[in-house]
Amino acid sequence: MDVLSVRNVYEDAERAINKKAAIGADITIENFTDEAVNAIDLLDDLDDVGKKTKDTLLKVGVDTEEKNRSGSFLQVDQSNVFTNNSISDSVEVMGMSVALDKYKWLEDYLWKVVKPDADKYTAKTALREKETGETSGYFVRSLPGTKEVMPVQACMFIGDEAVMQTAHNVIIAEENSELHLITGCATGDDVVSAMHVGVSEMYLKPGSKITFTMVHNWAEQVEVRPRTGVKLMDDTTYINNYILTSPVSTIQSYPTAYCDGKNSRAIFQSIQGGKKDSIIDVGSRVLLNAPNARGEVISRAVSQDESKIYSRGHLSGTVPGVKGHLECHGLVLSDDSMIYAVPELEASSANLEMSHEAAVGKISEEEINYLTSRGINEEDAESMIVRGFLNMDITGLPDELAQQTQMMIDMSVDGM
Amino acid sequence: MLLEIENLAVEVGGKRVLKDINLSIAEGETHVLLGPNGAGKSTLFLTILGFPQYNVVNGTIKFKGQDITDLTTAERVQLGIGVSFQSPPSIRGVSVRDLLKIESHQDIDEELNPRMKQLADQLKFSDEFLDRDVNFGFSGGEVKRSEILQLLAQMPDFTMFDEPDSGVDIENVELLASEIGTLLDKDKPQGSRIRSGLLITHLGYILNFVSADKAHVLMDGKISCSGNPTEILEDIRKNGFNGCVECAQCL
Ligand SMILES: Nc1ncnc2c1ncn2[C@@H]1O[C@H](COP(=O)(O)OP(=O)(O)OP(=O)(O)O)[C@@H](O)[C@H]1O
Ligand SMILES: [Mg+2]
Repeated sequence: MDVLSVRNVYEDAERAINKKAAIGADITIENFTDEAVNAIDLLDDLDDVGKKTKDTLLKVGVDTEEKNRSGSFLQVDQSNVFTNNSISDSVEVMGMSVALDKYKWLEDYLWKVVKPDADKYTAKTALREKETGETSGYFVRSLPGTKEVMPVQACMFIGDEAVMQTAHNVIIAEENSELHLITGCATGDDVVSAMHVGVSEMYLKPGSKITFTMVHNWAEQVEVRPRTGVKLMDDTTYINNYILTSPVSTIQSYPTAYCDGKNSRAIFQSIQGGKKDSIIDVGSRVLLNAPNARGEVISRAVSQDESKIYSRGHLSGTVPGVKGHLECHGLVLSDDSMIYAVPELEASSANLEMSHEAAVGKISEEEINYLTSRGINEEDAESMIVRGFLNMDITGLPDELAQQTQMMIDMSVDGM
Repeated sequence: MLLEIENLAVEVGGKRVLKDINLSIAEGETHVLLGPNGAGKSTLFLTILGFPQYNVVNGTIKFKGQDITDLTTAERVQLGIGVSFQSPPSIRGVSVRDLLKIESHQDIDEELNPRMKQLADQLKFSDEFLDRDVNFGFSGGEVKRSEILQLLAQMPDFTMFDEPDSGVDIENVELLASEIGTLLDKDKPQGSRIRSGLLITHLGYILNFVSADKAHVLMDGKISCSGNPTEILEDIRKNGFNGCVECAQCL
């Protein structure tokens, strides 16, 4: 990035520092601290974290023993405390600051698929980079022509009360490579409230594939604002899996995939379980901008207690011959909770095929009756139905990762 | 008596569907329930099963001498009642295999027991089929066979079959009939049968393969006549259910 465009990023960010996000509750950023609270020591071994933290990490798919992983990254609050880049020859894993020192060209990938002036959260992240001269977050890259089936694990962890965590991640799949990531986000045991903003920019070079599986497990008063953009070039496949089944204060995200290359394909699958008074506003957007591009958005939402879930999906086709399908299914389990499904289809060209399917309702009495008639009591019948509903088949992952993801889903869904 | 129903009146959705039902079924007996569409046959089944929408406004249901009128469905099933549904719902994410394990009191993490595997095979279900979500996209015949397979996992003392033969081809009716026979102890001599059943059928074709001891005609919320299954079916074939109305008048 030349000097001029760097300046533009910061100017744009400065102008947007009070800009409310288009959707979601407006968060007062000033309520959270962006001073580094405690200096956190680097870890020699990921397994050196305390027992409690280990369990917390495992819940979001991060294995401290690094079994069946091709790399690891852990950020606690604002510090990159652990990186393991030496497991696989096919993938690189680094803290962003390290990566920016190493690769001058990396600047060209910053603030390209997520704009600094998108809203005050992206603006805050950009300005913090300017003020501290440090870019937090991770850099993961698969080398050209490689196919590492084991996933890289990356974790954003909030360890201190009232912290404002920002991260700026860049993921690049070079030509004809395959890259798998598991990213987990969680908070320490004694954290009650905090804020997380994660800017993620992903690039799929021609012929590549990325799968990105994210599990969230925040404390009950955490405000979460991930901002994700994915650029797909020719003949690429991007698969995004998102799982959230634990309480949170508010989360609002709307990751967007730009299918700019021919034969590119983006699939978003998400499982959302609303609990307590969580407000979950999660959508997925696919812009089908090239011939034969495909987009699929599938979500399952279950609301309990007083939770509110806004389940959004947006497909936009701009050229002929593209195809997209949107599917949002919701189960409302309590009278005080709600699900609001917002499927949007937008076609600005003839000759394209887009469809959607949305169904929101309460758990079917007929289904409960059917199970009780086999001797299952009503409560167990309900939870079987809910688990069955949430337990969608996640497609596109290598066997080992598919099994692990299934286990993570089972674990999350069992807690429902 | 295994099952004893006395003066049963039932409302569904505010409408009185069953007015005054009296019916007894002894151990080892198979009874047939006949009646026109909308007469309340399925309603009677689901009331015996204890589904919450079926509001018992009068009368009692006794099973094995115990008044079960106020028990939950699961409790009744645990006492030994089972049913195959006329049109069961499909449930996403709940596989036939999982249900079979639960119904045969197996642990969900265990492998399905060999007896059930063999029965599935007998009912022409492949191993992959068992992993399908129950009733999801099943053909009419598959639904009926899966219902019977689940009952074979349960082996209830009293089984109700709601039109097990409707929409099933001739070959499969014989297959189903033979498994229904297992559920009703038909392989034992009449005097030593223990399991009982109540079967709804419209055409009676299945009775060529499953012998029944008694038939009842349900009309206008009441049992309008009871008697020999072959004779009653013959009457209905000849005179329609109108004949039963007249018969009720002479009762
Ligand atoms: N949940 C319900 N709400 C309202 N009406 C109902 C309900 N269930 C059954 N009924 C009504 O009760 C009557 C009896 O229905 P039922 O299903 O018991 O008939 P059936 O004898 O099994 O008929 P078929 O031979 O067509 O299966 C019908 O008029 C039906 O519309
Ligand atoms: Mg019926």
